[in-house]
Amino acid sequence: MSNVHLRLRVNGEEHEVSLAAHKSLLEVLREDLVLTGTKHGCELGECGACNVLLDGEPVLSCVVLAVECEGRSVQTIEGLADGPRLHPLQEAFADLGGAQCGYCTPGVLMTAKALLDKEPHPGRERIKEALSGNLCRCTGYQQIFESVEEGARRMCAGGRDGKK
Amino acid sequence: MERNRKKLAVIGQPLRRVDARARVVGQQRYADDLSLPRMLHCKLLRSPHPHALIESIDTSRARAHPGVHLVLTGGDFPIPYGPMPVSQDEYPLAPERVRYIGDPVAAVIAKDELTAMQALELIEVAYRALPTIASPEEGLSTPEPRIHGHGEQGNIHRMHAYEFGDVEEALAGSDHVFEDLFFYEGSTHMAIEEHAALAAVEGDGKLTLWSSAQCPHYLHRALAKVLQRPASQIRVVACANGGGFGGKVDFANHEFVVCKAALMLGRPVKICLTRQEVFYLHRGRHPVLMKFRTGVTKEGKLTGMHLQTLVDGGGYGGYGAASLFYTNVLQPVSYELPRYKFEGCRVFTNKPACGPKRGHGTPQPRFGQEVQLDKIAERLGLDPAAMRLGMVNKPDSLTANWLRIGTIGLEACIRQVIHRSAFKEKHRKLPLGRGVGIACGAYMSGAGVAVYWNKMPHSGVQLLLDRSGQVTVFCGATEIGQGSDNVLAALVSEVLGIHPNDVRCVTGDTGITPIDLGSYSSRVTVMMGNAAVQAAGRLRDLIADAAAEQLGISPDAVVMWQGQVFATHDPDKAMSFAEAVAFAEAKHGTLGSVGSYAPPRPPGKFKGAGVGPSPAYSFSACVVEVDVDPDTGWITVPKVWIAHDIGRAINPVLARGQVIGSVYMGLGEALMEAQAFRRLPPELSGALVHRTPSMLEYKTLTALDMPEVDAILVEDPDPNCPFGAKEVGQGPLLPVMPALANAVYDAVGVRVDEIPITPDKILAGLEKKAKGETPRVGPESFPAVPYPEPIFVLPPAEGGDGAASKQPGERREKKPAGAAAT
Repeated sequence: MSNVHLRLRVNGEEHEVSLAAHKSLLEVLREDLVLTGTKHGCELGECGACNVLLDGEPVLSCVVLAVECEGRSVQTIEGLADGPRLHPLQEAFADLGGAQCGYCTPGVLMTAKALLDKEPHPGRERIKEALSGNLCRCTGYQQIFESVEEGARRMCAGGRDGKK
Repeated sequence: MERNRKKLAVIGQPLRRVDARARVVGQQRYADDLSLPRMLHCKLLRSPHPHALIESIDTSRARAHPGVHLVLTGGDFPIPYGPMPVSQDEYPLAPERVRYIGDPVAAVIAKDELTAMQALELIEVAYRALPTIASPEEGLSTPEPRIHGHGEQGNIHRMHAYEFGDVEEALAGSDHVFEDLFFYEGSTHMAIEEHAALAAVEGDGKLTLWSSAQCPHYLHRALAKVLQRPASQIRVVACANGGGFGGKVDFANHEFVVCKAALMLGRPVKICLTRQEVFYLHRGRHPVLMKFRTGVTKEGKLTGMHLQTLVDGGGYGGYGAASLFYTNVLQPVSYELPRYKFEGCRVFTNKPACGPKRGHGTPQPRFGQEVQLDKIAERLGLDPAAMRLGMVNKPDSLTANWLRIGTIGLEACIRQVIHRSAFKEKHRKLPLGRGVGIACGAYMSGAGVAVYWNKMPHSGVQLLLDRSGQVTVFCGATEIGQGSDNVLAALVSEVLGIHPNDVRCVTGDTGITPIDLGSYSSRVTVMMGNAAVQAAGRLRDLIADAAAEQLGISPDAVVMWQGQVFATHDPDKAMSFAEAVAFAEAKHGTLGSVGSYAPPRPPGKFKGAGVGPSPAYSFSACVVEVDVDPDTGWITVPKVWIAHDIGRAINPVLARGQVIGSVYMGLGEALMEAQAFRRLPPELSGALVHRTPSMLEYKTLTALDMPEVDAILVEDPDPNCPFGAKEVGQGPLLPVMPALANAVYDAVGVRVDEIPITPDKILAGLEKKAKGETPRVGPESFPAVPYPEPIFVLPPAEGGDGAASKQPGERREKKPAGAAAT
């Protein structure tokens, strides 16, 4: 089986990867690019732990073929902070208990970011809907909802992208 | 002392947890995030049969497959293991017999996972299928073939019976005796992280295993035994667990396999299980059938209780002997119960082994007890909350089975939830389809006895300081997400008067941290915490001594507060923490200290008295409100109120997170989660297969299903605990399931005496109600179990010294003093 060559734009950086054509985006991120911040809980598209943004839309990277991402923009948890400055969502999750074991957190954060990028002031019900594909076994979700709401407030207070 | 009078600066503050940043930026490294140069990958071949003899294994084709480095089978692992000394009944790879679908029989180590998976298909195993046992009832009636050669008899793994005071006499003298059967289905942890492990022989020739493990110390001991190497040559690093809930407490086959492979190959070997494999590894909640006989006075006081449990153990012993005790021992902790008898029986079945899951063995009988109390209150015409308030245990008391209760905030918990939920205005007053229910729970803050007998500390903490002002704390405790590192940093920083972020935590590493028994039985805050406070206190004294000398004051007058060290009455006499440490290093030499903690000795002296005692018990009360659709049986939970007696919250944000997370997991068990199995048709071997070994099919609450939770922390500091802090990780789960069941009854008048409570059961109950039958759904019978003659112990209130009576006949003697053994 010969490899395919692929150009990916991940967190704003260009990468060239040579990979087996069956590889998922998740595998390429974790194994080829060593971006292990993206997690996996099932590799069947059931848990949402592997959510990343593909052209700004949340996708389950375990069921996206890497070859589908040629020339497209991928954003992972490693690209959420602005250098050393955390994104307001990250700050809010850290302050309000949005992350316990932290394993589902990267997927939850990326899903929440996609929501807030589109809807800066979502109500609790919208947040629940948006996160309904992200399973979390620790928090009972409530502190996640509170963290997203607080992140939204901080983003608004700090400008569109939350930077002061 | 001065330090005790100062206001707390860290404890009780909603500070960001010390490992928060790692978790929100994707830097937290879990076991599968690790990789090493020349690393190989491992996959396991698992049995497709629930019970079979292995007649032969041919691995020659797999060995010849390009890219394969090693193939291992049961013959490579002659030594068995098990977490408890009484059940050493597992092998890394099954040598001659498989006991459940998913039991590993061979391992391939190859250049990558894909190659290893291809090679697995080239292994030829000849099995001879054996009859299978699907349930404890089948196990009792089918003594042959035996799933294990050890155990009590036939397929019974363990049995026990205890009687604290003459329970039959108590029941005979009661105004009412209630007899109820309950069943609690098994469920699994389903931590989002799949178990992973990486083993490597390091430059110094020693073996290191990095694993998603909750109890690295016990694993360390087991590895030494199975690999037949000195423990000093093995290091176990518990990586941050991506959720544990008990699912990473027991040893996993693959942990031994990758170690052996790394030793044989001289190369790092990694494995990460698939989700399906995690479902088959299991070790989760035991299915339990229960029979309660409870005597009460007409005023609603308990007179005695007789509890029988029949426990479905699955294919191996594991922690089952302990789990079995926990289906019995904590019943008397919450309410005054003068006499108590319990009998337990764990049966082997051809299903994945059960083990500890959040609440370990106690949610099942707590469900039964609290639902039965609801029935009792209704029959006696009492308010169920008031009845409970009337029988809450007294602080500093001994239960009938010799457990010492310290502080007990249960009354405050009950009052909080009934007030905030307006329980009295709602109970039996809401329209059809809507209801409220109340229930309580109690849990240990750590098991009083280690899994293996020893007199050493349960937790050790070591501190290292130097002139730079840096503080490093070492402890074997394991961060499974609950915030154990944060508890450690918070306690050390509180004592030393610095910020938690000034503390570096090194934890869960048997190579460099003092031993802590692990993250189980809700023991970490109390045991690690007490050791940490002791270690930090010793260093604080050295620092205060040196600083006092410099400041020209008495050491008693030194305050260490928010990074400053100063005189109580003259804050201008001050220096920074780092300066004080430098003076201390100059005066005392290299600075370090240790702290240790071992729980108090159990009050009971009878055999088995070691299971149940704890330095402190937590208490919870919960009100659940439900909407039940009488047409579909669908249950919606609009809101849950829960109050938890935590002693003191070290961090209220994290404590609240544990409470809400417990409610979530409890609701999942109450409403939908089921680790259930079904038989394939006879033409397909009659195998027992998991109904739902995927996250899609194994239903859990999603963000859309989770109700609002009003979580209240009741703080009544317990003197046995660090700064008074008791457990919070497990206890709040306990009252949720019975509160929900009681709410369902309030809503539609149907008793579902069985977990999970699903729409089909509601509809079955409503149908019975419509026909004028008893609207109850649940188990109808309890099989004959050959429980042994009970060990008889007089309860403390009847005299005695906590020892068992020597003669069975003594139990009927009326003179307590004469009945007690000396």
